[in-house]
Amino acid sequence: MTAQPTSPQFKDNARHALDDAQLQKALGNVRQNFIDRRAAVAAKLPEFEGLRDSARDIKNHTLKNLDLYLERYEENVTKAGGQVHWARTAEEARQAVLDICARVGAKTVTKGKSMISEEIALNDAIEAAGMKAVETDLGEYIIQLRHEAPSHIIAPAVHLNASQIESDFRKHHTHLDPARDLSQPTQLLTEARMILREKFLAADVGITGANFLIAETGTSIIVTNEGNGDLTQTLPKVHIVIASIEKVVPTLEDASQILRVLARSATGQEMSVYTTFSTGPRRPTDVDGPEEYHVVLLDNGRSAMLGTEFEEMLRCIRCGACMNHCPVYHAVGGHAYGWVYPGPMGAVLTPTLIGVDKGGHLPNASTFCGRCESVCPVRIPLPKLMRHWREREFERHLSPATVRWGIGFWAFFAKRPALYRLATGVAMRGLAWLGKSTGRFKSLPLAAGWTDHRDFPAPQGATFQQQWKARRKGRSA
Amino acid sequence: MTARADILSNIRRSLGVTGRERPRVSAVEDRIETAPRGLVVERGRLPHDERVALFKEQAEAALATVVEVETRADVPAAVAAYLRDNNLPARIRRGDDPRLDAMPWGDTALEIAAGKSDGKDLAGVNHAFAGVAETGTLVMTSGHENPTTLNFLPDYAIAVVDAKDVTGDYEDMWAKLRFAHGKGEMPRTVNWITGPSRSADIEQKMLLGAHGPRSLHIVLVKG
Amino acid sequence: MPQNSAARPIRVGLFVTCLVDLMRPSVGFAAAKLLEDAGCRVDVPSQTCCGQPAFNSGDRANARAIAEKTIAAFERYDYVVAPSGSCAGQIKKHFPELFQGDPNLSQRAAALADKTYELVSFLVDVLGVTKVDAAFAGDVTYHDSCSGLRELGVKSQPRMLLSSIPGVNIVEMKENEVCCGFGGTFAVKYGDISDSIVSKKTENVTESGAHTLLAGDLGCLMNMAGKLHREGKSIEVRHVAEVLAGMTDAPPIGVPAEAAE
Repeated sequence: MTAQPTSPQFKDNARHALDDAQLQKALGNVRQNFIDRRAAVAAKLPEFEGLRDSARDIKNHTLKNLDLYLERYEENVTKAGGQVHWARTAEEARQAVLDICARVGAKTVTKGKSMISEEIALNDAIEAAGMKAVETDLGEYIIQLRHEAPSHIIAPAVHLNASQIESDFRKHHTHLDPARDLSQPTQLLTEARMILREKFLAADVGITGANFLIAETGTSIIVTNEGNGDLTQTLPKVHIVIASIEKVVPTLEDASQILRVLARSATGQEMSVYTTFSTGPRRPTDVDGPEEYHVVLLDNGRSAMLGTEFEEMLRCIRCGACMNHCPVYHAVGGHAYGWVYPGPMGAVLTPTLIGVDKGGHLPNASTFCGRCESVCPVRIPLPKLMRHWREREFERHLSPATVRWGIGFWAFFAKRPALYRLATGVAMRGLAWLGKSTGRFKSLPLAAGWTDHRDFPAPQGATFQQQWKARRKGRSA
Repeated sequence: MTARADILSNIRRSLGVTGRERPRVSAVEDRIETAPRGLVVERGRLPHDERVALFKEQAEAALATVVEVETRADVPAAVAAYLRDNNLPARIRRGDDPRLDAMPWGDTALEIAAGKSDGKDLAGVNHAFAGVAETGTLVMTSGHENPTTLNFLPDYAIAVVDAKDVTGDYEDMWAKLRFAHGKGEMPRTVNWITGPSRSADIEQKMLLGAHGPRSLHIVLVKG
Repeated sequence: MPQNSAARPIRVGLFVTCLVDLMRPSVGFAAAKLLEDAGCRVDVPSQTCCGQPAFNSGDRANARAIAEKTIAAFERYDYVVAPSGSCAGQIKKHFPELFQGDPNLSQRAAALADKTYELVSFLVDVLGVTKVDAAFAGDVTYHDSCSGLRELGVKSQPRMLLSSIPGVNIVEMKENEVCCGFGGTFAVKYGDISDSIVSKKTENVTESGAHTLLAGDLGCLMNMAGKLHREGKSIEVRHVAEVLAGMTDAPPIGVPAEAAE
């Protein structure tokens, strides 16, 4: 019951996405807004680049001592009256959540935005167990109505336009006046606010993710702009945090350093509106807050990434800057990637979680333009990690035969300069002769991917090395 | 093996460690004990008056409204004026923070409900633990004094903050919190609040009042 | 400038790149002229490719074998210069990575990386060139190719030298730092996506109103020129070295000789 990946069909997904006019219009919003805002807010903070180094170093230090920090974290959660549930797999994590919900007789479960919830397909499990799961982040709520997955890790409905959301609301909110005006985005927001307010107040269990866990205090942190996460975790009797093991950081100070680069990288805000530090359940003298506090701590393959060439991926703080700056993401959107995590971070992470045999397209579908790495707040060398996947595929003979053959053919000559000069000398003269009258080719065998869309310029004639040799000879004579 | 033991042993196998190495254990203990500040952000490191001015400027940049009053005694009147200016009923809900209790609410016509919010209040008043100048962030701590629900359920959230509690950066604020609560001790909830609730989930256009308050009003007490 | 302080001229090994070697030798001659004008002695040792296609396809064994040939061919020069940010980046940033931990080659790879430069940044940053002697007239727009920009910091140097040519007017296009969608084998393997990316690029190029599109990497230039031609646009596309060297007698990329006359 894990979300079924369509990543093996990446090429088809991409084709559909490119043909989808609504999607292409919506993706224009990513290209414009996120990038300009991040650049502006980063420029306003002189220490921004230094904080990126600091964030990287904190995460590296924590990963090298992850066992010890997790033990300290658990100890402090317990001390504060909370409970940690360790889960090796998605299945164990789902079961831990369902057990808690069943024990308290939950009917309605509200949810703050959580990518781990998507990773373990939690909503389906909650519904299958006869409970109602309600996503409360506006974007998540919209895509839940549409039975879609998020297309972006911080802007789940970024693939949609207002008119699509309007028609979803009309379809699902049938108890409201059909003649009501929903032509303005604020009207859509107001309607969702009204509907979800009732759910917040009625919920028995609230589930949130966590941006960070703090070993020093046993605290979990969520970061939102809407305040939905806070209503989700404050109003019901039970608060369940679902988080993966690499979210832990040592101290409040360490979390603060990274928080300074999180919002700036993600939405281009100086700070998100609500950053909430939660430690255990309601205290004896408190008048609000949950009576129970649980943390489901998920591994799901992460412990095996430590010590490998993919360890650096565990620094990721899920800001989305990499996809915001990715030309491939701008072209095809998040759903084309076919599983939970899209964009460059998804291209690295997905193969570790669903297998490179299924996720192999993703690290290949990159131009290696490097813009993702240039904005990553924890300086993950994403192109390098994608290249490592390509290497593993190549070793395991998973790369397409045409690529292997093509590279092998080219390399055969590239390793033999004399043969290379001979072969290319003949080939280029031939090609130049063929393209003489037009200067370019409209189609070429084996390169349809290119010539279906673009002309291929014809070579000038004799190779540079041939001409250079001839000229130097002429000069010395 | 339990999931816990399995996960920890997998981590240790991947890292090539046992978990009992003295240098690692003491590095981790030191880090938690000393909680180093990391890179210092200069922006908030200002003398008192400029620091408070930066707090106000940044809070307003985050679309909060800020009014300054001279003393605590001026707070109820300022709250009443805010409600009047926004055509709201003269009614608030608040907890029993002693600082709020000591204010002359009886001098105003405000009707005051006590305790946590049930979701029907239009306006709530909480006293902030601190303000952070670098981003104009309010720091609220949970408890019967200032119920967390009052930060989120009312349409209009009003927060009182003392100028002397405005720190330059987050790290100074944590030092203050540790002094108040003890090292390693946290209130159930610490809320950093930077402006009113908002969402940009519809076509990346920023709209205020998503689930939390549509407005955030800060009463900044100078004296 | 360095060439004045040394008794012998700086010896530069020109790594012409396989694309220039095969497709557009005029760029190689332009690069050689620029280097010689700046006082360098230019040599072109027998060479093939930097191995990037193999490296980026996950074929480390072939990437290493090709890199080894390149190291052997070029390590005797004071500097290695390539008219491409991508290939220079491969040598400068990725050769050391390829031979990490290799007792024989890691030092040689690092030494070669240290003295390898992209052409225009070499002229400006190493040789201190501030102006070129060339003639060219018109509005040009410059695309910042990814590797040059992000791996090697090539950004202001080509603009500075272009500005020194009296008739040249630089008009910046929108999103000039965004990838053109070439990405080597990506352009063939994921042709649809590559096309979508290059279409946005040609839109920005067209919108700039420039008559000539310049960049420092032939792969990107062939991609953008190919798209502009398919769209029926008459914008001329050239490698920046051709303009800086005043060697624009060859027809623009993808234009036949007779049509250019």
